[in-house]
Amino acid sequence: MKFGVSLLMAAATMFGVVATASAQQTLQQVRQRGSLNCQVGLPTPGFYALAANGTWSGMDVDVCRAVAAAIFDDPSKVQYQSVTSAVRFTSLANGESDMLSRTTTWTAVRDGQLGLEFAGVNFYDGQGFVVPRASNITSARQLDGATICVLTGTTTELNLADYFRANNMRFTAVTNENVNVLVETYLGGGCDAYTNDKSGLAARRSAFPTPNDHIILPETISKEPLGPVVRHGDNNWGDIVRWVLYGMIEAEEMGVTSANVTQMLQSPNPGIKRLLGVEGNVGQGMGLPADFMVRVLRHIGNYGETYERNVGANTPIGIPRERSLNALWTNGGILYAMPFR
Amino acid sequence: MSQSTAIRRPATPPLRLGTLANDATVRSVFYQAVTFVCVVGLIWYLVSNTIANMATRGMSAGFDFLDVSAGFNIAFTLIPYREGDSYLRVFQVGIANTLLVAAIGVVFASILGLVVGLGRLSTNWLIRTLARWYVEILRNTPLLLQIIAWYFGVFNLLPLPRASVDLGGVMYLNNRGAYFPAPVPGEGFGLVLLALVAALIGAVLLHLWARQRFRATGRPFPSVLVGIALVLVAPTLVYLLLGAPLTWDWPVLRGFNFQGGFSVPPAFCALVVALSIYTSCFIAEIVRAGIQSVGHGQTEAARALGVKPSRTMRFIILPQAMRVIIPPLISQYLNLTKNSSLAIAIGFPDLVSVWMNTSLNQSGRAIPIVAMTMGFYCVVSLAVSFVLNSYNRRILLRER
Repeated sequence: MKFGVSLLMAAATMFGVVATASAQQTLQQVRQRGSLNCQVGLPTPGFYALAANGTWSGMDVDVCRAVAAAIFDDPSKVQYQSVTSAVRFTSLANGESDMLSRTTTWTAVRDGQLGLEFAGVNFYDGQGFVVPRASNITSARQLDGATICVLTGTTTELNLADYFRANNMRFTAVTNENVNVLVETYLGGGCDAYTNDKSGLAARRSAFPTPNDHIILPETISKEPLGPVVRHGDNNWGDIVRWVLYGMIEAEEMGVTSANVTQMLQSPNPGIKRLLGVEGNVGQGMGLPADFMVRVLRHIGNYGETYERNVGANTPIGIPRERSLNALWTNGGILYAMPFR
Repeated sequence: MSQSTAIRRPATPPLRLGTLANDATVRSVFYQAVTFVCVVGLIWYLVSNTIANMATRGMSAGFDFLDVSAGFNIAFTLIPYREGDSYLRVFQVGIANTLLVAAIGVVFASILGLVVGLGRLSTNWLIRTLARWYVEILRNTPLLLQIIAWYFGVFNLLPLPRASVDLGGVMYLNNRGAYFPAPVPGEGFGLVLLALVAALIGAVLLHLWARQRFRATGRPFPSVLVGIALVLVAPTLVYLLLGAPLTWDWPVLRGFNFQGGFSVPPAFCALVVALSIYTSCFIAEIVRAGIQSVGHGQTEAARALGVKPSRTMRFIILPQAMRVIIPPLISQYLNLTKNSSLAIAIGFPDLVSVWMNTSLNQSGRAIPIVAMTMGFYCVVSLAVSFVLNSYNRRILLRER
């Protein structure tokens, strides 16, 4: 399976006609195609969930929809590509996807060596462990000698090895590229703990048959800044994704929501006027209309709205935002949009 | 036509273009040159185009990443590996794991295949029918499905470590793997191995001598039995004389799981079992076809001459059947080796899983990694077929 995919991609790189001409024109290609090719992962509650009727929703899906809304004024103009984490970057680099938005950690090697460009952070996360409550384990330090389920090809896999090495502990890994296989193995007792980003653990646990029989250990063993990614070489396209994301964060800071965005067009606040394109022309340089953030906010809402809708305290996933890293910088978090001017 | 023109060519032909174009040698050299230029040109185009495309996309090429520390854990390694080791080491670990699966799979598949193949020819109705259904059912379901069924349906459903299946206090089975005692050679154990090697050489020499004498005088000598006895007795004697210089590292249940000893993960067991059983069906059919290809008249002739049935099989039928069996058998061994790459579905760290999946994704070097993987499978396949082809050439019917 994977052999075939990798081979195909290698072949595409070998036989494909040199793609210089198209590198700068992702926006134009998307407009011509009439839809955005947005890559997400295998369905995961809260971030890229797939409903029974075939519609996608979630924190990361909302980034795709926001970019489509900014370009087409229609968030449904997205072709979702659900790809395993192991081939996500090859798929993006080969031009199959225009962008990926799928809980991907921003690291130096990925940014510098894989031909990728990170367009910001839409969720600050950290890696943790989930264990059965019956195991009486209360700390990750008690996991010496344990068998641990981990998704292959992820930063999680590397952090896990680092953490055990740093603490002079031993473990046996059970790896797979398919998160569903791993969760099945964990629930069947094939491993003592399952490790992933804590948001992912919370999301997965919410879908366990009995979520309360499993606890997430307190330790956070890594920094996982997750965000959307585009290809190297098309700076304009990177700007579009980056400023749509910043715009959503900025809107929350200024109190603009999907409900009040129409009234806010009359707001005397110069910051809001610039954000909504009433004054200035932020979008022009990126090839977008001046009111692109009005489109985004009307269809998707601001950052806070998408957070509460998908992973907030009132959802089954229930990741509290207060006093977390993902609160606005004005509320004690580190979410901080660059100035919209 | 060109052949005849070449033969009737005058001794000193006038140097004309038309004549040259009709010359067989000139034409063949010309076409070979054109083909050569085309092949080289195609390779040059592919390489330069790949480099250009990768540069355009800002992707790193080259093999410099092989020295970089990999940093991930591998669940099962035959050769020592730690997280800090390089990608090159990961490649070696993957190769060792793949070869281990292939080697064990080939042995089990051959034994099972031989037994089932002979069973297919049995005069006993029950054995014959069982063997037939075994082949028909297992050969006609997809291998990937069988691997997943063995993994999730059998090895993953074994009890938790605290309730492990105890096989005579020697081997333990649970859903984290199979645990065996590992031998720890003590001082002087090398001498035992030396004795074993000497006994093996002795047994081979004995067998050669017996065969020569049998051909010269017709007197048989039970060289195989004596050889086995020699190989068993000599090292055991040395071992006992040296005071049993071998201790065992027993697996002990401590903490989460068994510690110590030697262990293999459930994915390994599932993979080896599925591969062996699936391939054994094809081998069984090859064995059956090979034996049936030897004319029945030969068996009757042997019986008429008073040759015992066991000798008929060993000296008359099998040597002829082997000629038919060996070539397709080579393909089956190679198939098994290549099929072992399906390990990725259940997460056993074979070459494809650990190199083409994990390493490719962690380092992002698709082209060199895919090329190295393909190179490995190519080398293994060619090496195995070379060895078995030379064996095949040796036992071919000598036409005089």
